[in-house]
Amino acid sequence: MALLRRPLLLLLIVTHQFLQLWIAFGSVNEEGQKQEEFYEELLLKPLPDRKVLTHFHFQSSAPPTSNGRHHHLFPKAISQLVQKFRVKEMELSFTQGRWNYESWGGFDSIPSSNAKPPGVELWAVFDVPQHLIDPLWKNLTHTLSGLFCASINFLESSTAYSAPEWSFPLASGSLRYGTLPREAVCTENITPWLKLLPCRDKAGISTLLDRPSIYRGFYHSQRLHLTSTGSGSEGMDLGIMLEQTLTVVLQPISQRASLVRDSEKHIQPSWSLSSIFGKQVSGKCVLAETSNVYLLLDRGLVAELKQLHKENEKSIENSLTSENFWTNPSFELSAKPDRIFIEECSLLSKNSSVLYKFEVEKYSEFEPFDLGITWKIPIVWLCQQAPLHASRFLTGSGNERGAIAISLKSTQTTEGFMGAHSNDERCELRVDVFQVVPWYVKVYFHSLQVFVDQQPKAVSDIIEKIHISPSKDKVSPGVMELVLKLPCSMSSTALTIEFDKGFLHIDEYPPDANQGFDIPSAIVSFPNFHASMVFLESDSLNKSPLLSKFQEWSHVMSYTEVLLVPLTTPDFSMPYNVITITCTVFALYFGSLLNALRRRVAEEERFLKDKSAKKTGQLPLLLSKLSAKLRGRRSEPPHSSPVSSSFINSKLVFKVILIAGLAVCWQYYFL
Amino acid sequence: MEKLKKKIGSISFWKWVIASVIFRLILIYFPQNLNLSSRPEVSTPLTSFRRLAEGYWLKQSSMSPYAGSMYHGSPLLLLLLGPLTVKRIEGQPNHILYSLVSVIADLVSAMLIRATGQNLQLAYLRTLGSLDLVKQIEGSEIHPSGDVAALIYLCNPFTIVACVGLSTSPIENMAVILCLYGACSRLIPLAAFGWVIATHLSLYPAILIIPVIFLLGRGPDAPPWKLFLQRHQQNGMLNQSKLPPGFSWGPIIRFAFWSLVWSVYVLVLCGISLKQFGGLWEMFKSTYGFILTVEDLSPNIGVLWYFFAEVFEFFRSFFLIVFHVNILFMILPLAIRLHHRPCYLAFVYVAIFSMLKSYPSVGDSALYLGLLGWFVNEFSDMQFSLFLFCGYVGVSLLSPVMHNLWIWRGTGNANFYFATAMVYACLQIVLVVEGVSAMLNHERKLRRLITGKTQDSKSGLLSDSSP
Repeated sequence: MALLRRPLLLLLIVTHQFLQLWIAFGSVNEEGQKQEEFYEELLLKPLPDRKVLTHFHFQSSAPPTSNGRHHHLFPKAISQLVQKFRVKEMELSFTQGRWNYESWGGFDSIPSSNAKPPGVELWAVFDVPQHLIDPLWKNLTHTLSGLFCASINFLESSTAYSAPEWSFPLASGSLRYGTLPREAVCTENITPWLKLLPCRDKAGISTLLDRPSIYRGFYHSQRLHLTSTGSGSEGMDLGIMLEQTLTVVLQPISQRASLVRDSEKHIQPSWSLSSIFGKQVSGKCVLAETSNVYLLLDRGLVAELKQLHKENEKSIENSLTSENFWTNPSFELSAKPDRIFIEECSLLSKNSSVLYKFEVEKYSEFEPFDLGITWKIPIVWLCQQAPLHASRFLTGSGNERGAIAISLKSTQTTEGFMGAHSNDERCELRVDVFQVVPWYVKVYFHSLQVFVDQQPKAVSDIIEKIHISPSKDKVSPGVMELVLKLPCSMSSTALTIEFDKGFLHIDEYPPDANQGFDIPSAIVSFPNFHASMVFLESDSLNKSPLLSKFQEWSHVMSYTEVLLVPLTTPDFSMPYNVITITCTVFALYFGSLLNALRRRVAEEERFLKDKSAKKTGQLPLLLSKLSAKLRGRRSEPPHSSPVSSSFINSKLVFKVILIAGLAVCWQYYFL
Repeated sequence: MEKLKKKIGSISFWKWVIASVIFRLILIYFPQNLNLSSRPEVSTPLTSFRRLAEGYWLKQSSMSPYAGSMYHGSPLLLLLLGPLTVKRIEGQPNHILYSLVSVIADLVSAMLIRATGQNLQLAYLRTLGSLDLVKQIEGSEIHPSGDVAALIYLCNPFTIVACVGLSTSPIENMAVILCLYGACSRLIPLAAFGWVIATHLSLYPAILIIPVIFLLGRGPDAPPWKLFLQRHQQNGMLNQSKLPPGFSWGPIIRFAFWSLVWSVYVLVLCGISLKQFGGLWEMFKSTYGFILTVEDLSPNIGVLWYFFAEVFEFFRSFFLIVFHVNILFMILPLAIRLHHRPCYLAFVYVAIFSMLKSYPSVGDSALYLGLLGWFVNEFSDMQFSLFLFCGYVGVSLLSPVMHNLWIWRGTGNANFYFATAMVYACLQIVLVVEGVSAMLNHERKLRRLITGKTQDSKSGLLSDSSP
């Protein structure tokens, strides 16, 4: 320990060279045992609508060790969480804004795994028997809520989370999924997130995270994904892989904004790290294994560039691969890339994207890294779209009922992919839809209708598999999982399902009840399509987690919009009035009916008197005489005789005793 | 002459019946324009057609029909009516078969009401005969109460709306009427069947067991012994043949036996159909439990939904007990006071529980308004009848308007609709109270006729002094 801590002190004063020597020494020191590792990477990508996508990717991993709970780099809070709640895999995301699938693309692995629904989304897979999962989930939400300063603890209630059966391919049954669409995301959430990084935002790429500039963006999604590996056997801690990403879409402030001429309007804005973040990178985080910045030009852009080149000078056929491509006629990079990767041409498309790699460790405080791109000629391109564009909306008016419609529109770009899949005549496109609806939106599942190209179709023709767990009032939300098989030739599909709006108790309404309630995003995924980018020169890939992430085969996924359902509200100021008025009506009913039943007219009175007078026997006679006497006296002015008062008293006393006895019984038996 | 009059009467009766059926069929052919099946007045969570369809769909996809909080009806209804919710005939409006079943149920109910009413009237006249009061009554016109009741039931807009709005209340009402008909005509197995089914479908008709016991034990109209004794005492001789029969326990034991048989039968059927979905406990929890705990707070024409939406959570169980006990508290006083007129007792019970039940609909009002027709002769001198009629018309016009203002236009709030519900509850209270006092006054009138007659024969002086 002391051996390690002393160099840590040195760390603060010595320069980079010394540090690297020390790291090398450290790795030699623990030869044979895998080290905890940390990688930091940043991906920049120009987007067609004059915006820039910046994607920070930090990865820490702790190998399965048996040396107790001590960690060098890995955040202790996370490892404790994994150990305590037996989390196999977990993903938590905080998002503000909506990913624009149409102009920012929906097919790459960045949107598929990093575009998240607004608010908080949390899912976790637990490595415990079924009956223990729910309590663990509840504890996990509270822990995360404390860890990230967010109201994730609202996911504790069973009305807020669901257990999807097969929408998540990872695990069925042991997965829990919950979203909070209305959670506001702000700096208070990113500070604890940055605390998990070994250098926080003090050194390395994360210094770029200037709060005002990242929250000014159009889309902001901070994600935490952790996977635990290895068996949780005795004495052996779990190996954990923690992946933290921050995806921000920013609008670069054009440096030439003042002198934009008509001809330059279509030129993409030139930007640099310092212009979009207001900061520069002054070297890597010394604890990181690698610290790289990538610039990605996607397939559409590269194809467009090639086209332009062909038009200008036909000689440069293969200029993209050449090393000096970074200064080419259409744009200029301010730094020289250390490496250029070209995507392996897949079957799906002829074009391939290009990736420039910049190693941050070459730069220092005196020579900070500031990547910039300057466009010279106007260029317009399209990002690669998901096969279908999914959107969701509400139909109907009024606060009684409505319908949810999910519309899937075919994007033109998919036709190319279809060719690859339509080997046989009946080409089908598989689409998975996962939808959670809160219980107060009472969905009639029998009213599910499918329209293909505006033509109603039988549900059984289109829906291959369906799993529904209907909502229980105040207990659980409704979950709908569908597998659709759509014909490739279709241009649009719509699913509609009707619902009734529920009426809640006044305590169940949030403070701003008239704003409405949110229905969480539906997840639309395309299992036939895999978002992966395989780059050539794979020798260096194993060192870059970001690139290996790109290589992973993941389903193309997209989230739909969050829906806002206005619900009817009762009058919140009325409880006392309602209680008193209703009780008055009930008293009116009870009193007047009882009165009508026991009322006797004079004739009947006389008849009863006659009857009682005719009765023989000692006691009844005596009593009737007594009562007659009492009545006779009572007709006179009210001075009660001692006899009558004692008579009434005894009755009263008996009544009081009876009531008291009943009360005692009640107290004894029921309370 | 008498016969001819009767014939003309029956012909016009059938004309009205046919007209009402044709009117229903016409309405069925415009279901989209009317959209009655989603009106809160017609479809409560218990009687809603869409919920029935949802329950059937869930069951077809091998899930428990009670899996969501959607369906709260009986599994037997699901078996019988469920297939009709999905069956479509080309060129015909959706759910035509289901609507036809409702129309038939209404028609059958009306016929049973008519038969029971005629039965009642015969019994009433026989009683008058045994009391030698026929001559006194003859002066006033006696309406054919069976026909009147049946026509009220068939032509009541509430019944028509409930029938066309695809709710299950026509079936529930039919079960109640079947029970009363069986008890009146002493068809004990039928009475037991009706009672068991009605209780199974909507719980509240369980309290009809008291009038049914009186009906079976003593016949549809048995004036109190007291009256006879009084009368014969004054006459000085006891005519044994004219005495009403005493309380006989035989039919009641048979009724108990048959109820047991039918309830076991119904429970076994339900158990079989819910075998793989959690069994009978699940059914009781989501039918009777749902009725008793008032879980659904969607607006209806009752008052409990708004009350329980507003009341503080810790008082909830207290008020639940209070409101349900309110129904039970009145059973005994009414039974004591009206035991000699069991059908009237049944009418009052039906009116009370359709007023105080957790999810009332117009179908329930249609039932007691129909039964009201049986006592048209006794009610001839009821107070406030015009006021009540106008009140019913006013509320049934205002309530949809207020609902529209609140839910659809957003210009009103919940209190508007709740106010009409309160007025409706008050109207029903006035109807019940005035009905009960009208019946008691009628009894008094009869008694006065008896006593007055004897006193007349003895001395004219006393009768003048009596008020």
